[in-house]
Amino acid sequence: MWLYEKKLQYPVRVSQCNPRLAKFLIEQYGGADGELAAALRYLNQRYSIPDKVVGLLTDIGTEEFAHLEMIATMVYKLTKDATPEQLKEAGLAPHYANHDKALFYHNAAGNPWTAEYIQAKGDPIADLYEDIAAEEKARATYQWIINLSDDPDLNDGLKFLREREIIHSQRFREAVEILKEEQGKKKFF
Amino acid sequence: MYSLVKYYHPYISPFDPCPPMKVKSYRTPPNLYIGFQPPSLPQFSPREALAHGTLWPIFYSPYPGKGKEEMTRE
Repeated sequence: MWLYEKKLQYPVRVSQCNPRLAKFLIEQYGGADGELAAALRYLNQRYSIPDKVVGLLTDIGTEEFAHLEMIATMVYKLTKDATPEQLKEAGLAPHYANHDKALFYHNAAGNPWTAEYIQAKGDPIADLYEDIAAEEKARATYQWIINLSDDPDLNDGLKFLREREIIHSQRFREAVEILKEEQGKKKFF
Repeated sequence: MYSLVKYYHPYISPFDPCPPMKVKSYRTPPNLYIGFQPPSLPQFSPREALAHGTLWPIFYSPYPGKGKEEMTRE
């Protein structure tokens, strides 16, 4: 089970009215390397992975939901006061036609989220290597969004999220070392 | 000490249609180099840790955003 704390993991500030950024940010919401895909991937893989690393997948999968919430807040703030005309200018007319201002799990190109984005192979090394790759891809996606955005307050939150991807990658790499079981054995090959 | 950015100079054809970006870069964050985290590392204060997104300075990877590297042609 989960306990919910009614606050964001890191404060989300948006200083400029620029709905166009919402179109890019939605990549991290419902994209292949987005936070939803990450959370569902890890929380599902953990059932069939050695006990030593189950807790890590639970913790990181949970944190991904906290990130999802931050992205949702950013997108909502950027779009909630936009007129249909402004949404059209921002390239969001197709989204508006289907969803009004509701958030939806699709990527920046409008493709809906699909479970094909994630994998559970049942092989612990294969699954952890996928997780490491997912974190590096998410880090890269944050970099490209930061490059597209000139809102310093929004970028502050995005830089926090980018750093968390680096830490998650580090922990998955350590999980691989734990499963290799050579850690700390002072064995020299 | 490693660097967090690597640079390379891609081939530039005399027939390229656009003005060339002569230097390209990619990021190599600290997690690539550290292996298993050593014990007793120095830590940020809680407030700094929140701002940086990590408790440990060795894992901090600043990302300046646009206006750098290959975003500017020279």
